[in-house]
Order: sequence, then structure tokens, then C-alpha cells
Amino acid sequence: MNSATIPIALFFAAIFTNNILLANYLGMCSFLSVSREIKTSVGLGVAVIFVMASTSMLNWIVYYKILIPLELEYLRFIVFIIVIAAFVQLVEMIIERVSEVLYAALGIFLPLITVNCAILGVSLFMVIREYSFLESFIFGLGSGIGWFLAIMAMAGIRQKLKRARIPHGLEGAGITLIITGMMALAFMGFSGMLPIG
Amino acid sequence: MVSALLISVGAVSGISAFLALLMVIADATIANYGEVKITINKDKELDVKGGKPLLGTLMEEGIFIPSACGGRGSCGLCKVKVTEGAGQFLPTELPWLSEEERSNNIRLSCQLKVKNDMFIEIPEELFNVKEFRSRVSGLVDLTHDIKQVSLELIDPAEIEMVPGQFVQLQTPEYELTDEPVYRAYSVSSNTSDTRRIELEIRLVPNGICTTYVHNYLKEGDEVIFNGPYGDFHLRDTDREIIFIAGGSGMAPIKSILLGMVDENNPRRARYFFGARSKRDLFLTDKMKELEQKLPNFSFIPALSNPEPDDHWEGDTGLITDVVAEHMESGNNTEAYLCGSPGMIDACIKVLTDKGVPEELIYYDKFG
Repeated sequence: MNSATIPIALFFAAIFTNNILLANYLGMCSFLSVSREIKTSVGLGVAVIFVMASTSMLNWIVYYKILIPLELEYLRFIVFIIVIAAFVQLVEMIIERVSEVLYAALGIFLPLITVNCAILGVSLFMVIREYSFLESFIFGLGSGIGWFLAIMAMAGIRQKLKRARIPHGLEGAGITLIITGMMALAFMGFSGMLPIG
Repeated sequence: MVSALLISVGAVSGISAFLALLMVIADATIANYGEVKITINKDKELDVKGGKPLLGTLMEEGIFIPSACGGRGSCGLCKVKVTEGAGQFLPTELPWLSEEERSNNIRLSCQLKVKNDMFIEIPEELFNVKEFRSRVSGLVDLTHDIKQVSLELIDPAEIEMVPGQFVQLQTPEYELTDEPVYRAYSVSSNTSDTRRIELEIRLVPNGICTTYVHNYLKEGDEVIFNGPYGDFHLRDTDREIIFIAGGSGMAPIKSILLGMVDENNPRRARYFFGARSKRDLFLTDKMKELEQKLPNFSFIPALSNPEPDDHWEGDTGLITDVVAEHMESGNNTEAYLCGSPGMIDACIKVLTDKGVPEELIYYDKFG
């Protein structure tokens, strides 16, 4: 048993040392396309936190209560994706109906992350690392917060970059990927502190 | 073995079916906004099914709002004024709307969903606007920098328009642009020929659309445009007519003149056309021909900077001076202008000084 199985340690490990984006490089597509402005990044980040925390729990139930008893573990990829997509769709519909303010701030980003690989990644890590139900929730929540922090950092940097003189060929995704790489190197410094999995 | 297969198929189908059922129920309950009413310009009412973006909802009703990106929220063209029933601005709309547009309730119709009864305002002419596919059937150099582009309609096969109106031509993705771009050009041909249109397009240095037309477009190419737009057309009165144009401002006025020939219009009309030197003049033969066909029409070209070897014997000077020189009292006159904003402003001043009522001066400004 390592330190990461203590819930609070797992929580911080998911945020910092095993940041889903910077350590595992998952969830890049929406990270690159939405990190232009801090305001939209906040909306997307909160949506990711919410979806990761809830789908990790949902998928835990589906995996351990349906797939394992039926010995269908190998179908988890397909099933997880279906569950995530359906859940996100439902939540979007409900938010749109219930609260206009919440929809404008959060709901509009939900379709963007339906197929986000970081969301699926969290559910798959949960299986590989054999988390309990509570641990899955904590890991999902932590990973979401980690992703949120990463996109906020990137949005801040990119707002500064608007005034920087970037070589023409590197503008846009190019420079963003390079910066993501540098941030990942910086986050590697944490990795020995709280090992995970 | 078989049972394992059946279990796996059954499990996946079961889970999918359950979720699909949930979605269907949600679609029929949570996302069901029922029948809603869209009131356009306070008089036209549409009963539509709610829940979808305004752009698509209107398109299904045959009302075509110009949009270049097809509803992805990346072109910012499909702006519509929504006076009631829109709710708050969405983050996906905000980048496209200026401060002024926001306070005027201008919305991006591809992002805004129809959830309850709405009151919207769109220009009357848009009811008639369609998207056309066409084929380039002719490219002619009118001057060193103006090309005449003939387009034969493919689908729809005919266009109904009034002489003087314009269309928006689509420039597809190419070197200078990574998404389709639309620019407005007046139709210069006789609009009674509903199967083809002609445009006169002047090359603007680094202009996305004009560079495409001048350097990339070939005969036989397929071109997309939408239209017709604009309320620049001949008013049905008995007043004398003054046309003033410069450069490719020739186009709508030529179309109006061709329309006048068709109806054998006896009104007195004079057409002042301004150009720098002889190499900027075009279609003078065609205008001479129209002088023969129309009982009371004269064409007055004027050069501001004739070259010595132009051997120019016509009027010289700025078009405003030439107009002032030829015109007597403007009390019984109406005027139609087409050209650069600077030229139009200068001409309006000359015309009002001559006594032409300002509300009877119609113009098409292009940048």
C-alpha cells in the first residue's frame, strides 16, 4: 500500500504530481482550442471538474456492478464512452432547461468535452489502479481540478503571448504545445513527492 | 462460447438501449419546448418547433440568413435583431458582437436557441434571398484592373431581382484566406435574363475576394453566391434622372439602364461617369449604343487626369465639377450614385447645392 491510497494524498497527487494534462498529456484538444481567454477557460475547466467527478463514479458502478459480474471487462472502452456521452448530453439538456445563467457559463461547454480523452482516461486509470468507489470520486475530482489549473495557467500565458513576437510559423497551436511541454517539465519536479498507482 | 458471445452482445445492447431510452425520454420531456411562435418584423408569424438554433429554424422555414460557416459560430455573419425572447448573451456569441450591437439586441442566430416565443427583425429583402451555385461562363478584362465575370446559374436555375441590386460572392479557402469569405458586388447585367448574372470586379491590392477573382478564377469554375440584396433601384417617378458613378460603380447603373431600355423608358436621364484617364474608361461603346436605344439618355464620361496621348476631347476635371457644370436647377431631379464613399459624399453636396432634395439622392457606397 503506497501513500496515494490515503484519500487526501490521492487528491493532491491527482492535482499536481499526476496532473492528467501535464503528466499524462490527456485532454489536449479542448485545452489547445479553448485556452485563448481566461474567462472561457474557467467555464470549460469547471465543466471538466464536474464531468470527471461524476463520470468516474458512474463508470465505477457500471464497471464493478455490471461488467465484472458478467465477465465483460474487455468492453469497458465502449461502455465507458457511451456512458460519458449520454451523461454529458443529459446534463446539458437539464442545465439548458433549468438555468439560463448556468447554461451560458457552463452548459455551452459540455458538448465540447463529451469526447475529451481526459474524461475517458480517468475512468480507465480507475480500473487499472483498482480504486474503490470513494477513491474513484476523489481521483476524478482531483484530476478535474488539475486540468482546470493547467488550462487556467495556459490561458494566462497565452494572454501575455498576444503581445509577444512569436515566429510566424509557431503562432497558435505550435507555441502552445511548446509551452505545454515546458509546463510539463516543471510539473515533473513534483512527481517524486507523491507517487501514484 | 456462444453464451459468452450472447452475454456480451446483450450487455452492450442493454446498456445502450437503456441510455438511449433515457435520451429519448429526456428529449421528449426536458428538451421539449413545444410549438413556439416567431414573429418577424411584427407582422409575419411562424409556428415552429422549439429547441433548435434560430438560424436552422429559420432556414427550415425558407428564410435564409447569410452565414459563411454554416452555424459553427466561427464567421459571425448570421446576425439577427431579437427584440424579445432571446435571454442572455452566450459566451460563444460575444466575440462577434460589438458594444453597440449588444445594446441593440443583435444576436448570432446560429448560437441562439429558440426556446420560447420570439420577436425578431430581419431586413425584408432577406425573405427573397437564396444561395446559388453557378458556373463561370465568361471572364473579360474591361480595363487594366476591372474584370467582367459572367455567371451561369446551376441551382437554383433562376434568380429574380431588381436592376441595381447586389449579390454576395463566396471566395473559397485559398492562399489568402483559410475560411470562405463573402463580398458584395452589384449585378451589371440585364436582370430580365434570370439565368445568368454579370459582375464587374475591380482588383483591390491584397483584397481577398478581388485577388481570387482576378488571379485564380477560371472559366468553367463553380462559384457560390447569395442574394439578391439592396434597395438601390430606379424609383418610379417622372423626375429627371442623374446617374453618377466611378470605376466599378458602373455595374448597378448599367443594369438599371438595360432595364430602362426594356420598358422603353422615356424619362430624361444623364449618366456622369468619372475615371482617371482613358485606360480607366470602359463600356463607352455600350453606353453610346444605349444613347441610341433610349430616347432621352446621354452618357457623359469625364477624365480627371487624362494622359497626353489619350487625345481626350470630352469633359475633364473631377466628376463633381463636371456635374456642377452640366446641371441646371435640380428641383425636378432625382439622383443615383455608386462609387467610393468619398466620391458619394462630395456628389451629394454638389447635388443638394443644385437643389436636388436630399431624400431623392439614392446611393450604393462601397469601400
